[in-house]
Amino acid sequence: MQDPLSKLRSIVNDATLSAAQKARYLALEAENLLPYPPLDAKTQQALEERVICDMYEGHAPYRPRYVLPDYSVVLREGSDYLELPPPVSLDEAINTLMIAYHHVPSITGMPVYIGQLDELLLPFCEGVDDDTLYETIRLFWRYLDRTLPDAFMHANIGPTDNRVARTILRVDAELRQIAPNLTLLYDPETSGDGILAMAARNIAACCKPHIANHAVHADAFDERGYGIVSCYNVLPLAGGAATLTRVNLKEVARRASGEADFFDDVLPRYLELNFRLTQSRIDYLHDESGFFDGFLVQEGWIDRERFTAMFGVFAMAEAVNTLQDKEGREGRYGFDEAANALGHRISAVLSEAVRKRPMDKVWRGRALLHSQAGLSDDKAATPGVRIPYGTEPDPVTHVRALAPHHRYYDAGISEILTVDESITNNPEALVQLCEGAFASGFREFTVNVANNDLVRVTGYMVRLSDIRKFREQQGSRTNTTVLGAEAAELTGILDRKPRVVGNELRPGYGQ
Amino acid sequence: MNSVRATVSKVLTYSIVDGPGNRLVVFLQGCNFDCAACHNPHTIGECNHCGDCVPACHADALSLVDGKVVFDPSNCDHCDDCLEACPIDANPMVREYGVEEILALAREHRPFLSGITVSGGEPTRQLKFVVALFEAIKADETLAGLDCFIDSNGSLGASGWEVLLPVTDGVMLDIKSFDSALHRDLTGKDNAKSLRAARLLHDAGKLHELRFLLVPGKTDGDAELDALIDFVRTLGGDVRVKLNAFQQHGVRAVAREWAPMPKTGVDRAAERLRAAGIRNVVTPAVYV
Repeated sequence: MQDPLSKLRSIVNDATLSAAQKARYLALEAENLLPYPPLDAKTQQALEERVICDMYEGHAPYRPRYVLPDYSVVLREGSDYLELPPPVSLDEAINTLMIAYHHVPSITGMPVYIGQLDELLLPFCEGVDDDTLYETIRLFWRYLDRTLPDAFMHANIGPTDNRVARTILRVDAELRQIAPNLTLLYDPETSGDGILAMAARNIAACCKPHIANHAVHADAFDERGYGIVSCYNVLPLAGGAATLTRVNLKEVARRASGEADFFDDVLPRYLELNFRLTQSRIDYLHDESGFFDGFLVQEGWIDRERFTAMFGVFAMAEAVNTLQDKEGREGRYGFDEAANALGHRISAVLSEAVRKRPMDKVWRGRALLHSQAGLSDDKAATPGVRIPYGTEPDPVTHVRALAPHHRYYDAGISEILTVDESITNNPEALVQLCEGAFASGFREFTVNVANNDLVRVTGYMVRLSDIRKFREQQGSRTNTTVLGAEAAELTGILDRKPRVVGNELRPGYGQ
Repeated sequence: MNSVRATVSKVLTYSIVDGPGNRLVVFLQGCNFDCAACHNPHTIGECNHCGDCVPACHADALSLVDGKVVFDPSNCDHCDDCLEACPIDANPMVREYGVEEILALAREHRPFLSGITVSGGEPTRQLKFVVALFEAIKADETLAGLDCFIDSNGSLGASGWEVLLPVTDGVMLDIKSFDSALHRDLTGKDNAKSLRAARLLHDAGKLHELRFLLVPGKTDGDAELDALIDFVRTLGGDVRVKLNAFQQHGVRAVAREWAPMPKTGVDRAAERLRAAGIRNVVTPAVYV
């Protein structure tokens, strides 16, 4: 363990970090010199053992994890604090947003939500011709990527089909930037096929946007609405999430003697400890930090009543497989019906627990369940309720295995479906897969187009075993370098790499 | 009634390369062409129960019962050694399916499906089954909206297509070569039937895609490409032409000596077609 001063020194002298990154890590280290918000001994121990986890958010929560301002307020009324008059033109509206983003904190210091952009900008587009709109959005997009370079910064468009949404999709496919992340809210009743087909072509080009099941999300929130932020969190608009804590289901399962003990005793115990951890952090933010005295609240961009607590879970796959082992059953999560059903039962129990447990200073008095997508140092623990990397079945089997989980995770759940590059010749298939996923209850649809196809190339089926045998023969005729390169290529393909990186994945220095 | 059964090599409920959208694909066993370039040679032959595959199976999934090869899928670990052992390019792992079993799969996966494709092998060799299957799909209210496609080598005669086309929405047809001698060399059969089928299907408005496999030094020369261009021109209209690139994996020994078709060569061929006024040319998205 480094002493605090030498750790600070190593951050300051780390040549691989930018000045801004150093400042962020220094701030976090300084925050962590303070005592943690009060925890009882059992909660403290569970946190130290990392059965429950605070995402390393820091010891003294002084801003919410995720803030989703209602940017229509500043576009309608301007801001006294920022000395901004209400914008009247498209250029002024975008300029106002560009300023606003720099005053919206989050756990990483970058804004994670930049608004329902089509709805925000459409009122300023009357009389703006298509070429001007395109050029304006193109520059706006470039600005976002270069000044707020975080893959978790998230823009929303839809559910209506409109010219701003279409222009954003066009620009996003052309520029292929990491930032901003983008979600199309889709509702078969109001969106129409056209915008979904365009989104499918975009996914084939750049793996964006995500597509959100608007009808399901809208039902889970209220008239003020919701937003999709960061790496798949669904939260109240004009609010957000005070904190995100999570339960490592694998660690819970390891501590249970079997299925009955897991459900009857061990899981409820750790859920309660995670509720306590969450409440303590929320109390600090609301009662001590002074965050809600700031201009964002005073001017009505956010409302302190609209901040939820995200109750995250992860490592469902390992939890199910651990319990299967303890019960002497062979079936694996993602592939075996009984194993999948056990996972669905765990989700139902989690949902019921969250629904029953009152929380103070939390939107609607209850936390929201969230399938948490992981930190970069999670080892042998699969994000959320996902099927372990590299073992996923085809997208249809994948969706059907996981769809029954989705109804329980109001604060967001995401699966990454990997589709081979042949999809670029057939984006209609993406439309069909998306409709199938939504009809099965999926809350959101994310596709990663693999840059290599090992299984199917032309209209024929191609067996993996053929490729393996062929490559072995090829390798024996050539030198070991080629063999090694091929093996690496194969491994790289079979073990899918993280699709994006971003600040949230690396919460602290040296973690 | 739909009592007719089919010999099936494989069924997929997810395919994005066998027609528009996501498709349920039924690969029917057996082909009347014998293409060296076939990527799935184990779909060509039909099992004669010689039993050579049984000792090759290390997982006890194959046995000889009353002179017949019997396959137990629950033991199979998909090593494919039996396919290597088969002297006639057949597949002891084939299954018999009735129409109703395929319908049940289609219903189960309906929200994910744009349509159904029969492929192979050469699916039209099991014509009765294909007709029965497509008729049943068209008659089933829960499957309304699914279209029915065929992936064919075009060897079926006019009277066969006459039965099939009323229940078929589209055909993807392979032409292996426009030179009849070369075609015989590549497939073991003449190309006249395939060319006739392409015209017939195009005239009926059912030719979804004309496919042409580019093999370096064999079918990627100017003469073949110009013959392809002429043929597409005489068809008229906006034919979708899919250029496929020969790759070595999966093919049998003789074709492993052939060079794989590089992307540059495919792009050059596509350019030649486009320059000749063929607008709808599709090239592979992936090269292994």
